[in-house]
Amino acid sequence: MSKGIKDKVAILGMGCAKFGERWEDDAEDLMVEAYTEALADAGIETSQIDAAWLSVGFDAMNIGPSGIPLAMALRLHNVPVTKVENYCASGTEALRGAAYAVASGAADIALALGVEKLKDTGYGGLPVRTRGTMYDMIGVVGSAPGNFAQLAGAYRAKHGIAKDDLKRAMAHVSVKSHANGAKNPKAHLRKPVDMETVLKAPIIAEPLGLYDCCGVSDGAACAIVTTPEIARSLGKGADLVTIKSLQLAVSNGWELQGSGWDGSYLHTTRIAARRAYEEAGVTKPREQISLLEVHDCFSITELVTMEDLHISEPGQGWRDVLDGAFDADGKIPCQIDGGLKCFGHPIGASGLRMIYENYLQLLGRAGERQRKSPPVLGLSHNLGGMPNQNVSAVAIVGLQGA
Amino acid sequence: MVGIVSFGAYVPRLRLQRAAVVQAHQWFAPGLKAHGKGERAMANWDEDAITMGVEAGRDAMPAEERRHLATLVLASTSAPFSDRQNAGVIKEALNLRDDVLTLDVAGSQKAGTGALLLALQAAADATGSTLCIASERPRARPGSEAELVNGDAAAALLLGKDPIARFVGSHSVSIDFVDHFRGHDAEFDYAWEARWTRDEGYIGIAGQAVRDTLAKLGLQGEDIAHLIVAIPASGVGEAIAKTAKIPLAALMPSLGPVLGHAGCAQPLVMLAKTLATAKPGDRILVLGFGQGCDALVFEATDRIAHHRPRRGADGWLARRKPETNYMKFLAFSGLLELERGMRAEFDQKQPLTALFRNRKTVLGLVGARDPVSGEVQFPPTSIRVGAETAAVTPREEYPLADRPARVLTYTADNLTYTPDPPSCYGMIEFEGGGRMLAEFTDVDPTAVEVGLSMRMSFRIKAIDERRAFTKYFWKAAPSEEQSS
Repeated sequence: MSKGIKDKVAILGMGCAKFGERWEDDAEDLMVEAYTEALADAGIETSQIDAAWLSVGFDAMNIGPSGIPLAMALRLHNVPVTKVENYCASGTEALRGAAYAVASGAADIALALGVEKLKDTGYGGLPVRTRGTMYDMIGVVGSAPGNFAQLAGAYRAKHGIAKDDLKRAMAHVSVKSHANGAKNPKAHLRKPVDMETVLKAPIIAEPLGLYDCCGVSDGAACAIVTTPEIARSLGKGADLVTIKSLQLAVSNGWELQGSGWDGSYLHTTRIAARRAYEEAGVTKPREQISLLEVHDCFSITELVTMEDLHISEPGQGWRDVLDGAFDADGKIPCQIDGGLKCFGHPIGASGLRMIYENYLQLLGRAGERQRKSPPVLGLSHNLGGMPNQNVSAVAIVGLQGA
Repeated sequence: MVGIVSFGAYVPRLRLQRAAVVQAHQWFAPGLKAHGKGERAMANWDEDAITMGVEAGRDAMPAEERRHLATLVLASTSAPFSDRQNAGVIKEALNLRDDVLTLDVAGSQKAGTGALLLALQAAADATGSTLCIASERPRARPGSEAELVNGDAAAALLLGKDPIARFVGSHSVSIDFVDHFRGHDAEFDYAWEARWTRDEGYIGIAGQAVRDTLAKLGLQGEDIAHLIVAIPASGVGEAIAKTAKIPLAALMPSLGPVLGHAGCAQPLVMLAKTLATAKPGDRILVLGFGQGCDALVFEATDRIAHHRPRRGADGWLARRKPETNYMKFLAFSGLLELERGMRAEFDQKQPLTALFRNRKTVLGLVGARDPVSGEVQFPPTSIRVGAETAAVTPREEYPLADRPARVLTYTADNLTYTPDPPSCYGMIEFEGGGRMLAEFTDVDPTAVEVGLSMRMSFRIKAIDERRAFTKYFWKAAPSEEQSS
């Protein structure tokens, strides 16, 4: 494995727009909102940005092609802008581009910004779109909940878990995230829910009920990155958040075309997590990782991800969930900001939003929801596609020297 | 000696309860009550004359025998395409060789028996065997008798040498007797008085044809062991049998109460059903009526005693789910415009270039098998999955359609648009290797579990309504009927 970029890239500033049904705002407004916050946090001017990466998941009813919409919205100084799309993992992909530019020396300061304007589609949920000519002929046009719901039956079958037990564990995931989201002013959904409500909600895709699914919203988030040296020269003090690892694993078709995958886990997440721990020098993730922001597009996704990240033992994730291990006051809080569950999932922005929370928590700036014992390493997991074919991104950030 | 070598049938799983239809029309057409008994076969939303024809074809012959097929004839008056050969789609789905003759026969209720006669001639001439399929999903105006009388079904007869039922001979008459018609672009039939049709048409023309057939072939009425009168009017079969001096016991019972009348496919469906129980030496007279008449006589040979039908008409009839929701029937028939929501707006335009390139994958469900490792993959790709190097290795074609599969993952999705919610789908794995994400059809959403055994079925994947193009692909259905 390559040496990686551990501690080569520092986060100079971050910003996050308020997520939600932003009926009055265009994607441009959301970009400006996130960018303005990040720029102030970084303490720099637009002229100091050397290159930018823009992540957007959907083309339909959104900003349109190319990096131009970002350059125009922020009036960047004709710097290179690359638009990236990697399913729902696009946000982390944008940061990867910016971080690699800095780590390579090609840019001193780079911007990663993710945005998605989903509430112009006319209905809830993600837009129905083509997945390519071949897929449209032989694939299944399923919804996102339908694709992820399949994890549940396979997970139950593999580990011999009763239907009700798994349903309760899934409900706990959502109840916990709603409790967290209620404390976050930037979250879309800010109402706590109880187990009963979650368990009795209408079924969206068997066995996922309404509260097992994250919402759909508009949003934007961004990061400005540079080298630790430049960060210091720009006056950043003792607490500097650096990137410990940024890893991406992309399905090559094995899950659906090979043999051996049983449908109960994310093959790519396991690979991305191993690589990320190696790059960050993490040997005992359950002991060393202080915070988790995972891709909780659905409760079952978060649950199996606890195992795929090698935090829970195989087949034990549901027990850890029910034991409260991932509650805000648990051993390793997961979605302390409310997660996709409460933020909703503006595709291009989500990966950066997760890192934004880890960044705030590491710097002790998370307000009412600040973790009491000071976090050292924050892991974010950003997943795109569906369990049988996906892009899994794992990013670990931490204080410099950690 | 040419004749029937094998036979098959297909009946859709849903059985619309006629009482439910009559009940819905009570306020408007109380006279329909006379047709309110029993049930009729009702195609699922994803079935049409092509998909049902494929099933009947598969029922008639195992995959390994299809390479010897030289001719494929499809008879239907309800086939989805006016210009794109419907038999040609079936040919791809059955994964036949390209060098076969395919032909659509249509235009009359006697298209089924006419196609069978043509197919028999082809089988006598050709070096390979001939498959004759008849398949119907008739449309009728809501509130009409036909809506209750019709049924959806298909049959297939494999014709060739060394038959289980020898072709004895036939007699055909063509008379422009217009008891009903459907003009070009008309949605529904226009029918004349039933009493006239019965007296002048069924008993008159058809009755005469049966008597002439016997005379032509030098047969007496009592020589006929099974008389197939595929005419949807009570008492007609008895009247014809009587005038031809065929014993009443020989008259095959109507499938009306359990299936309905499947248009031009009906004589072949009944023939397939009859062959399943016929004994060596039995003579079968099958009649097709529509602007004239075809009468064919077969004689079961000793081979029939050893012929085991696959599922057959009785097997498919036994796989049934009663349907009491008349609204669902209307929606499936395209007679009720429901609010489908914006998710249904997805443009289903089919790039025809891509369909042509991938026709074996899409229409034939043909995967690839590595001759060295035996690994099976779907869809085939240049570099096989799991390859350590970028080497493009030769692989053999590996048809998956007739291989049993089992469910690995599943869901019942209420969000995705489907004409029959919830949309059920999941990952399946084939016996012997290979897997795919598949839509499930003919399924009880609550009865799916990991491990459930499935059988592939050729179905409508989507319909591009803007361009009137039907897209087909394979779906998985529970291999055995769920208890309902």
